[in-house]
Amino acid sequence: MTGRNLPPLSLHVPEPRFRPGDEADFVDFEMPVAGAVARPDIAAKPDAMRDMCYAMVRVLDDDGRAQGPWDPRLDAGILLKMLRHMALTRAFDERLYRAQRQGKTSFYMKCLGEEATSIGAAHALDYDDMLFPSYRQQGLLIARDWSIVDMINQIYSNKADRLKGRQLPIMYSVKEANFFSISGNLTTQYPQAVGWAMASAARGDTRIAAAWCGEGSTAEGDFHSAMTFAAVYRAPVILNVINNQWAISSFSGFAGAEETTFAARAVGYGIAGLRVDGNDALAVYAATQWAADRARSNHGPTLIEHFTYRTEGHSTSDDPSKYRSAQEGNKWPLGDPIARLKQHVIALGIWDEERHATMDREVAEQVKLAQREAEKNGVLHDGLKQSFDSMFEDVFEEMPWHLKQQQQQMHDERKAAGI
Amino acid sequence: MSDVMQTAANASDAPGEIRTMNMIQAINSALDVAMARDEKIVVLGEDVGYFGGVFKATEGLQKKHGKTRVFDTPISENGIIGVAVGMATYGLRPVPEIQFADYIYPGLDQLVSEAARLRYRSAGEFTAPITVRSPFGGGIFGGQTHSQSPEAIFAHVSGLKTVIPSNPYDAKGLLIAAIEDNDPVIFFEPKRIYNGPFDGHYETPVSPWSKFPESNVPEGYYRVDLGKARLVREGGDVTILAYGTMVHVAQGVVDAMAIDGEIVDLRTIVPLDMETIAASVRKTGRCIVLHEATKTGGFGAELSALVQEHCFHWLEAPVERVTGWDTPYPHSLEWAYFPGPVRLAEALKRIMQD
Repeated sequence: MTGRNLPPLSLHVPEPRFRPGDEADFVDFEMPVAGAVARPDIAAKPDAMRDMCYAMVRVLDDDGRAQGPWDPRLDAGILLKMLRHMALTRAFDERLYRAQRQGKTSFYMKCLGEEATSIGAAHALDYDDMLFPSYRQQGLLIARDWSIVDMINQIYSNKADRLKGRQLPIMYSVKEANFFSISGNLTTQYPQAVGWAMASAARGDTRIAAAWCGEGSTAEGDFHSAMTFAAVYRAPVILNVINNQWAISSFSGFAGAEETTFAARAVGYGIAGLRVDGNDALAVYAATQWAADRARSNHGPTLIEHFTYRTEGHSTSDDPSKYRSAQEGNKWPLGDPIARLKQHVIALGIWDEERHATMDREVAEQVKLAQREAEKNGVLHDGLKQSFDSMFEDVFEEMPWHLKQQQQQMHDERKAAGI
Repeated sequence: MSDVMQTAANASDAPGEIRTMNMIQAINSALDVAMARDEKIVVLGEDVGYFGGVFKATEGLQKKHGKTRVFDTPISENGIIGVAVGMATYGLRPVPEIQFADYIYPGLDQLVSEAARLRYRSAGEFTAPITVRSPFGGGIFGGQTHSQSPEAIFAHVSGLKTVIPSNPYDAKGLLIAAIEDNDPVIFFEPKRIYNGPFDGHYETPVSPWSKFPESNVPEGYYRVDLGKARLVREGGDVTILAYGTMVHVAQGVVDAMAIDGEIVDLRTIVPLDMETIAASVRKTGRCIVLHEATKTGGFGAELSALVQEHCFHWLEAPVERVTGWDTPYPHSLEWAYFPGPVRLAEALKRIMQD
């Protein structure tokens, strides 16, 4: 401490507004008006559209009507497909979360309340665009109609698991669906997506890349490396930040949300930024479509902040009632993404409550059957389901002598143990 | 200093009453006691504040010691370690937590190029007395991102100390000693034994620490000095060098076999208690090195070389390394990977034949 007669400094440590037991309300939240935000040209210079980083693109209004220039004007077929994919994602999460609780696997993560951020984006991208997901983007695979039996096999690490039981549940890898292997480490996929996009551009390809991370993970160095490279090389990439307000027990203030938005990270790097209502599937679709068109036309990358809420805990390993108000989820001002799209399609006259209830039953049944099918291949804890030799494969393309020796040692050991 | 303060200072030096603690509680107690004694100690990391850490090691500390001494951080391991170095440069004594050792790699530059070399490159002008706590090791079906044992990476870096406790009593005493140490310390907590010792028999439920004497932990201040190994079991046939979870695997196997094994719990791998190791191996003439980490370039290689250098003329058999395989940590085949009782027993049989 110096001897000068100055007022003492003080350290600011962010604090969320609500903790367990608090009455949660969002009265301070200024609801952006649906349809009120202008839609810049896809060739707009980043510095000419900075206000987009502080506004919020919303298409669906309170009555479920699509408003304004961002309305993607989707036909009934796509709207209903998106609705079904979101419902299937939710049913899938519900059942597999329960499977973990029943001891059938070690771990699970839901995306409850965030379904639109994956489903809306996947529908706006081309199937051959390359996806670099984080661990809460199961909706991308479901929207690409990937086999949910295959996904459950991975969750169970069973004998049909294509990843040979090596990865933690939900850390999917589906090259066939242009879905990159999920790491589990945070934001590592961000520079990789930029690199993939740079390669695509360098080779004169037409495909683009998209990556996802959470708002908490924007603090990782990889996020900033990715932003710099994306800006420098004008990489054809869409960088999505799912701002679901919570990183395990840390609210978004610990990632910098007290002073600015996550979309505004784009400003400093000189790339286009959009901020969208992540619980509005049409807004997510429209923003992704805009960014994809921009990237495909050589106008460079876009950072999209999806403003949403993580309705569940981080994973099966934490209890959110220990660190946040239980009321937050119900009072979330941007509502539920499925309910909002449902309201929209009913207002359009292409859907009704009865069909919705039928759909919910159908997706629940679909997941149940898929689970039954996958369980024929075993579940995690009913024994070691993978071939033991598989443990030593894929460390290298060709197995060096020392791994062969260890592989043999493992067999000798098992013999000695009478397994 | 007033009489009251004097009394308080004396009281904070006393080990005090014995309480039953598991490893989490012992670590929590170490942080609490150390923070009460030295206001320069700060705890920072992901989820360590209000929530008290994902393993609850920092539970209650924010409430007791305040938000500017125990606080959550952005998810940025290089940021966490980098600001810890900066806070240490100011004169504080930070205890950053990296939520899982598997996530420590983004922080490597700050640890390897900065914290570890600060004293050396500034000729002692600046130092980094930080203690990086991090749960490590497998056995919890955590897959490759929640199971790794990267101690050898840190042992290889000049200027870092590396500590790995195997029980609640040691965990508390070693953590206090680490925090009070004026050099950067990596403190790896074997998360598999947070609640009770694990002998590798995964099919049987683990007994809680309360059933073991190592759970008798003084609630006040005491230290277990860095660089001092612990003789877990005396024996004449063979020396087993282990640390963390593996100490308990060794105990289980030696108890089950008719072998008079001597088990040395290294407790800190840098600095290493070479004296205890050499005395033991010279007595037994045989040595097995046991760790969960991968074999190639693992700390077992260093131990094996040191034993050979110090005890060559006493050795009756080659030093054996019992380790995890040289693969990433698998999810479903966790128990085929883990260097458990069978792997150790086979090695013991081999080494006793020579």
